[in-house]
Amino acid sequence: MKKELEKRTIKGPDGFEFEVDPLTDYYCDLPPTVQTPAYTRIIESFFNWARSESLWILGFGTGCGAIEMRPLMTPRFDAYRYGVQWRPTPRQANLFVISGYLSVKTLKRVIRSYEQMQSPKYVMGLGSCTINGGMYWDSYNTIKRLDDFLPVDLYVAGCMPRPEALLAGFQELKKIIRAGEGEGANEYAKRFEWYKKNQKRTIHDWDMPDYNW
Amino acid sequence: MMRELYKKTKQLFPLGDLTEQRHDLVFVSIPHPFLSSLLRHLRDKEGFSHLVLLTAVDWLERGEFQLTYLLCNRSKAWDMGVRVVLPREGATMESIHTLWPTAATYQRELKEMFGIDFPGSPGVNDDFILEGWDDIPPYRRDFDTLKFAEARFTQRPGRESLDPAQHMAKHHSDGS
Repeated sequence: MKKELEKRTIKGPDGFEFEVDPLTDYYCDLPPTVQTPAYTRIIESFFNWARSESLWILGFGTGCGAIEMRPLMTPRFDAYRYGVQWRPTPRQANLFVISGYLSVKTLKRVIRSYEQMQSPKYVMGLGSCTINGGMYWDSYNTIKRLDDFLPVDLYVAGCMPRPEALLAGFQELKKIIRAGEGEGANEYAKRFEWYKKNQKRTIHDWDMPDYNW
Repeated sequence: MMRELYKKTKQLFPLGDLTEQRHDLVFVSIPHPFLSSLLRHLRDKEGFSHLVLLTAVDWLERGEFQLTYLLCNRSKAWDMGVRVVLPREGATMESIHTLWPTAATYQRELKEMFGIDFPGSPGVNDDFILEGWDDIPPYRRDFDTLKFAEARFTQRPGRESLDPAQHMAKHHSDGS
């Protein structure tokens, strides 16, 4: 275990000494729960419409696909006109675009970031690397199937997909959310053990809480 | 000319043959015990102030690792690569982080990817890119990356791979 994660005693600026256990003190590690839909269909549909029009992407680039985000943010493709914008922190985001190959080291950070995002949240897999490994199909260090580790709502195929393909993907994701099928966060909560088993099978130096938010 | 520099340096150090890649890029080899004194000489006396890169080649059949230290003389725009050969078994090399602090990062990477040890180099045993790695270092040529990937990761069924040579031969025989 890394030194900064070990339990230790810290002396505060007022001279008071206290014990800190980073793995349990800094985050809440209660397992995720399934969020029940609103009490009537019409209200839930209204919520889903609102959700679909507010896709806030976490600014986290995992692979080469992250480069496709820049033209999308800038005037040429301008994703903001579709209600899509980028946020700097998981707390403010509800869409995680896994932009290309995902190494085991990055997967660890991706899981932590995903779990800190607020429900309902969505995952888009970008490029063939997230689908079947792509050109890294025999690599020692990249995962081959993203949906083993996170609930994926939508894949955008290509190597790399153009910004237009991403825009089409956003429109498709909106349809999925409006139809009430963007249930990734609940899926994650329901099959939590299965996802954790896959994650721990791949990440050998597991030194983080099982769930954190 | 770099050839003159080579002749001059050869009187001081047991240099191997000179390989001239371009007029401004040459490679020399030297037995590994003399490496750090040669690098210090090149840095302080000959103006090779910049360590461009430090990299390794695994000569599996010969049982050797070859390290290349690429240096740059900025005022003359010359590059010189210094090569040393190490036995592959228990490969250990003297650290040069005292000459260039940036070398510590290269050495840390070589320790992780090739398993070449650099005793005394800062943070050389820390994880660099691979976290929780428990196999032989992956850049060694006896590491079977496909076998490892199949055992470690689940593959999505239905993927097709074509052998490039066969595929292109078929393509040409079609006349298309």
